[in-house]
Amino acid sequence: MKINSPLQAYEHLPKTNCGDCGEPTCMAFASHLIDRSRNVGDCPPLTGVEFKDNYDTLTDLLAPEIREVTIGTGDHAITIGGDDVLYRHKLTFFNKTAFAYEVCDTMDEDELVSQVNKIQNFSKFYIGDFLTLDAVAVRCLSGDADQFANAVRTVMETTDLPLILCSLDATVLDAALEVASSRRPLIYAATTDNWREVAGLVLTYHVPVVLSAPGDLDTLKSLALTFASIGIRDLVLDPGTSPTEGLRDSFENFLKIRRAGIEGQTDIAYPLMAVPMTAWAELDGVSAAYWESVLVSIFTIRYGDIMIMHSTEPYSLLPELHIRDTVYTDPRKPVMVDSGVFEIGSPSRNSPVFITTNFALTYYTVESDISSNDIDCHLCVVDTDGIGVEAAVAGGQLTAGKIKEAFDSAGFDVREKTDHGTVILPGLAARLQGDVEDATGLDVMIGPPDSGRIPQWLESKWEK
Amino acid sequence: MTTTITIADLNKWLEDVLELKGVKIEGDFEIELVDTGAGVDSGVAQAVGYEAIQIAARLTDLAGALGYDVGSIGSAFAPLASPVSPVSSAIPQELIPATFEVGTVSEWKHGIEEVVLGATSSDGGTRKKTVTLGGENALPFYFDSPMPNPNHVSIDVFDMPIGMARAVRTNYEDVLEDPAEWAKKVVSKFGADMVTIHLISTDPSIADTPAREAAKVVEDVLQAVDVPIIIGGSGNPDKDPEVLEKAAEAAEGERCLIASANLNMDYQRIAAAAKKYGHAILSWTQLEINAQKELNRKLMKQCGIERKDIVMDPTTAALGYGLDYAYSNIERIRIAGLIGDAELNFPMSSGTTNAWGARESWMAASPIKDDSDWGPREYRGPIWEITTGLALALAGVDLFMMMHPTSVQVLKAVTDMLRGAGAGEGGGEGEGSTNGGGAAKIPDWVGMAIE
Repeated sequence: MKINSPLQAYEHLPKTNCGDCGEPTCMAFASHLIDRSRNVGDCPPLTGVEFKDNYDTLTDLLAPEIREVTIGTGDHAITIGGDDVLYRHKLTFFNKTAFAYEVCDTMDEDELVSQVNKIQNFSKFYIGDFLTLDAVAVRCLSGDADQFANAVRTVMETTDLPLILCSLDATVLDAALEVASSRRPLIYAATTDNWREVAGLVLTYHVPVVLSAPGDLDTLKSLALTFASIGIRDLVLDPGTSPTEGLRDSFENFLKIRRAGIEGQTDIAYPLMAVPMTAWAELDGVSAAYWESVLVSIFTIRYGDIMIMHSTEPYSLLPELHIRDTVYTDPRKPVMVDSGVFEIGSPSRNSPVFITTNFALTYYTVESDISSNDIDCHLCVVDTDGIGVEAAVAGGQLTAGKIKEAFDSAGFDVREKTDHGTVILPGLAARLQGDVEDATGLDVMIGPPDSGRIPQWLESKWEK
Repeated sequence: MTTTITIADLNKWLEDVLELKGVKIEGDFEIELVDTGAGVDSGVAQAVGYEAIQIAARLTDLAGALGYDVGSIGSAFAPLASPVSPVSSAIPQELIPATFEVGTVSEWKHGIEEVVLGATSSDGGTRKKTVTLGGENALPFYFDSPMPNPNHVSIDVFDMPIGMARAVRTNYEDVLEDPAEWAKKVVSKFGADMVTIHLISTDPSIADTPAREAAKVVEDVLQAVDVPIIIGGSGNPDKDPEVLEKAAEAAEGERCLIASANLNMDYQRIAAAAKKYGHAILSWTQLEINAQKELNRKLMKQCGIERKDIVMDPTTAALGYGLDYAYSNIERIRIAGLIGDAELNFPMSSGTTNAWGARESWMAASPIKDDSDWGPREYRGPIWEITTGLALALAGVDLFMMMHPTSVQVLKAVTDMLRGAGAGEGGGEGEGSTNGGGAAKIPDWVGMAIE
């Protein structure tokens, strides 16, 4: 963004405090423009003819440093890029890294369909939602344009996920684009050898394109400048991903390009592509899969906006999806939830009473484990300053006193509200058992160390 | 004279001009694009672009005919003679030359403190090796400044058998009852740079082992291995000061890392013991940068701990269970240190073993009904520990306390690779070097067959 204070954005707003946007004042709206939680288009008066200049000016001033590029169409379209900062704690990172998994045109049709289904159907439950994969990269191994186009057609018939079409032969890409251009695929790639032909394809089919110059930032910039000069700006830059020996160089190139982009070098301020599947060129089996995940972690943290992987084993996908969620979670979201005693489902007088902390992640994990297994209970959320169970026990934020206080201030008398007069401590807080018994006079049971085991625990231990 | 002509007319006109050598051009001309009301669609834009590039080429030819040197400009245009489609005629013949440059971060002026663990005979100890942590002048692995010391791994050893994930346990079945043998194994078999002996049996709610007995275990471990060691308590805030005091005494002169001092306990007693017996101290806070400043300040000002004796543990939360907080807390601490916060520029340690608390690392299957299959757990655990540690290595952690041998091996391999071989010996690239590198080592993955 070219501006960084609400006052600078306010200058271009109608200043009528009409409230049509849902904010009390134009200044409040301006501050949301700066923290990027609202868009210029959310101000109804500004979209009118009268304010067209203001709208355009503000849109330009608020445009992110790194250009946004959209791949695919409809509900599955993904947007990458759009960042304004180098460190997530400075604001947040926008548009999570797009994860594409590869298939190739030498697979037989059944194999191809089954792999594409694996990619589009994988989903990992996480605090009330599912983490999923974003795109399919189709590679040309046959060298044959028709075979590639046929494989692309099969993939399109199987999934609505966005596509990356991978071949360095413009004739091959042309054949695939004839089939797939309406889906706005990303094409890989324009290089120093084929860039004129690929630029021709981009002008013809209007699709986003990757510029590839392995290990050569001068040439990468040169390609970007040249494409921009003929009006092609939906660009993704690939500086090359070296899996082992040259990894330091690749890492350095990502840092340099992104630093330049955030600092205002617009010529190179485009989304970046990393290719962790290069791990498979040097390793195989679990070692290659592990190394691929290692590269995913590195380049998700340091500035990869889209990447292509091979392994779809759960032990690859789970850490990859979680590291991406880690990096792209908005750090401005609160660490804590409200403390108190809450009903999950419809608890009766015989239902158990569980205790947990007010660390948001702990709370949501416990809550979803209980509710997704249709368990009725009371859940006592203790104010531990937003620290998880194990650390809070060690650090003194989860104590018998704090637990008593949580029940007292919620006005929840366990003996009055239940027939059993029992509370259940998290397994990781077992050492508090005696203290809690003394402080509350209640019966105290020790639950499982992981709330995922609550259903089994109830079956074997809960007889009230 | 003013004449309004279309671009196509202009092009035609210029063609005629070129054929009339020596013609004299006078006056201005203007170009008017008539908006038909339908907006300029891409077809029209292409056609206009085509005409424009032809005009440019003709003007260049004209300039040449008039004696101006147009050699370098001319090459940018398609030869007029060849039949060109409107699309490709808009594309220049040559790439626009460019040089990429970017600077280093000028505000990283303040180095991270260097802390040496372990004392050899020349320093009054019996260690054969020492470990040096910290000393950075940039974020980890950044080109702004070479990273002087590699990342190090200390493997956890416990003073009694404890519950652990099956994938971890299988590596230690034969040594669970003997901390000294356990320590030997992690150094000789699993490549540990250091050993952490956790005196967990001292917890009154576990076995309430007396401090004096626990100190004997520390002596045994020091006998068994020649690497520097970390001495950990049970985490019981009431018992730990006494336990760590006795252990520090037993390890006098070995320059161990005493783990740890925390604001919620008698940290002064632990700090006093570390100082008296010549050890470094681990300053542990919980995901709170201001608490970390406060504790470091108190250790220095109130307890007289020297800067070269402080390592920080700002808390490690597992991947999927708060790693986002841990990551940003550590990255903020490291950046604050680099830009001159003298209460935060110390090396950092991570209890990476916490990754094994994540259910994804050990549970046989997902407890959530609608989840996709999690696959075999023996492969999930080590990569969970690796990913947790690697993220924090990128944020600024110097020392990792870990458990699974594969995780240790992979984390060391990748951090060494990112750091670059020989970076500490002045082999790193100079400041502001540009233009990329490593092209030769990038595989051609597009057409690569995978077994």
